[in-house]
Amino acid sequence: MDKFVRLEGLVAPLDRDNVDTDAIIPKQFLKSIKRSGFGPNLFDEMRYMDVGQPGEDSSRRPRNPNFMLNQARYQGAQILLARKNFGCGSSREHAPWALLDFGFKVILAESYADIFFNNCFKNGVLPIVLPAAELAALFAQVEGMPGYKLTVDLKQQVVIRPDGKALPFAVDAFRKECLINGWDDIGLTLRHADMIRTFEDRRRVEQPWLFA
Amino acid sequence: MFQNLYDKLWQSHVVHEEADGTALLYIDRHLVHEVTSPQAFEGLKLAGRKPWRNSSIVATADHNTPTNHWDRGIEDPVSRLQVETLDANIREVGALAYFPFKDLRQGVIHVIGPENGATLPGMTVVCGDSHTSTHGAFACMALGIGTSEVEHVLATQCLLQKKSKTMFFRVEGKLGKGVTAKDIALAIIGRIGTAGGTGYAIEFGGSAIRSLSMEARMTLCNMTIEAGARMGFVAVDEVTLNYLKGRPFAPKAEQWDAAVDYWRTLRSDEGAQFDCVLEMNAESIQPQVTWGTSPEMVVAVDACVPDPAKEKDPVKREGMERALLYMGLNPNTPIKAIKVDKIFIGSCTNSRIEDLRAAASVLKGRQVASGIKLALAVPGSGLVKQQAEKEGLDKIFIAAGFEWREAGCSMCLAMNADRLEAGERCASTSNRNFEGRQGAGGRTHLVSPVMAAAAAIAGHFADVRDLL
Ligand code: SF4
Repeated sequence: MDKFVRLEGLVAPLDRDNVDTDAIIPKQFLKSIKRSGFGPNLFDEMRYMDVGQPGEDSSRRPRNPNFMLNQARYQGAQILLARKNFGCGSSREHAPWALLDFGFKVILAESYADIFFNNCFKNGVLPIVLPAAELAALFAQVEGMPGYKLTVDLKQQVVIRPDGKALPFAVDAFRKECLINGWDDIGLTLRHADMIRTFEDRRRVEQPWLFA
Repeated sequence: MFQNLYDKLWQSHVVHEEADGTALLYIDRHLVHEVTSPQAFEGLKLAGRKPWRNSSIVATADHNTPTNHWDRGIEDPVSRLQVETLDANIREVGALAYFPFKDLRQGVIHVIGPENGATLPGMTVVCGDSHTSTHGAFACMALGIGTSEVEHVLATQCLLQKKSKTMFFRVEGKLGKGVTAKDIALAIIGRIGTAGGTGYAIEFGGSAIRSLSMEARMTLCNMTIEAGARMGFVAVDEVTLNYLKGRPFAPKAEQWDAAVDYWRTLRSDEGAQFDCVLEMNAESIQPQVTWGTSPEMVVAVDACVPDPAKEKDPVKREGMERALLYMGLNPNTPIKAIKVDKIFIGSCTNSRIEDLRAAASVLKGRQVASGIKLALAVPGSGLVKQQAEKEGLDKIFIAAGFEWREAGCSMCLAMNADRLEAGERCASTSNRNFEGRQGAGGRTHLVSPVMAAAAAIAGHFADVRDLL
């Protein structure tokens, strides 16, 4: 997993409550053998005028010009501004995979569905909870200023607006440590790599037939 | 301190234990198939990691592979891509053994591991597949895992686990004629329910279990997962050792002797404690047939479909009613009066050579009933198929009216072309009778291979003991 310490990134607004994981990545894309490549189908139903199929070249599909990701000013966005109960619905890990594959590294929302929230951390996406009033102010600012960027400082636990105002946020200490160090479950286990190696070496001597 | 077998297996694999009891367990054998591994390999690559020990990997393609017309390859593009992806991944990372599509030794992953001696006593065995419990027959700690855990094992050779409670299930006495390990498994699930083993590791013992062959023990352990337990196992004895001797990946010469010395310790000590001990009398077990959409919905062949009206628990009653509706059955119908459309002899539960021999012994000189639309015999592996053909079993199946297929998971989960159509009823030797498992709307009745053969001949469920 990539380390996450500080990020200055373009913000894209998704102004609605209850964005479910089926909206984030529709079910027909789950047959994939990959966990990457979902980016073109992120928010597929909102983004395109037709129904997407797996394996199809999405660059040729008719786009919904009103959807923010199709607007020039939000190209290259890394921070998603959302509302309430983001990521509800099915537990598919494909949802954070799709967000990450598109380029989103941070989500700002008032609340999240549990499983989605956990899956984000597992995949190096930082879901930040902000109060509704702060979010409302951010939506207004983004709207009014093309190229609007925010700085997210995980170490200090603040989101910094262009006008310098710092919005503090809470994050579980252990998860924070994992993100800052780029540790996923595997990364954590690999902190014990020496122990695993010692165990393995002893096993190799005691039960050599297991290592044929 | 007396230790039970689970304690021994657990203790010998703990690399590190956290204060909350979560342990890092070392994994000896990693079985890999095409459905649950692609995202794990991809994740590994994206993170710039390499497999910790590729010689722990044994891989094959089984879930998606067709069981006939192999000359045409895999026609479904989604299935083909999964199989090709496995190919590419294994070629890239390496493995102790890989049996690709069409290889002589290809087959259902839980059949080929033991068959090649790649499953050995005292191992931890994992696979991205719940029926990994099968390998417990060799006194292994064998666990089904998810895709993210597959990646974890690839990268670290370890699995994060908390210790289970232990159950000892003793089956004493002598099994009747025509009664098999499948019937023991179904009878146990019928008794304790599909959640009866939840949170437990189950050790099977007692004289009836001791007298089972290795293949029969695999059938029993395979079904442990349907009783809710993630693993089930049987202690090492002469049967285990005799089975393993001479298998390709089993130790040889002095290593064999050293291994045997250790393996003989893989049994619960006299006086060891368990969190739960249950017992069943082998003589009481009749050939079993499931009637519903859960393996616990099971009765003896001479019984009738149960009546929900007699069930006092309203939740259970409603479950029974829903199952009967799906299965298209009326309460109180004798099991033997239920007609079947298709027969499936195969799956990691019952596709080994002894299963095929047993079914063939019933079919010999007999004919599949005219009402049967399709009777499939699908060997568990290419080697099982080869052995069966050497013994002329294929001819018996074909003469009786069965189709004799190539190895694979086939109609166990209907990911390939072998499936039930909506409303079709199947006597199946597989392990799951869930709604839609063998095809949308399909109706599955779980039985042993000899009972499937008996149903094939009769055209409806029949007591195989009348044919022996
Ligand atoms: S035979 Fe059935 S249960 Fe066994 S591994 Fe294949 S699909 Fe799973």
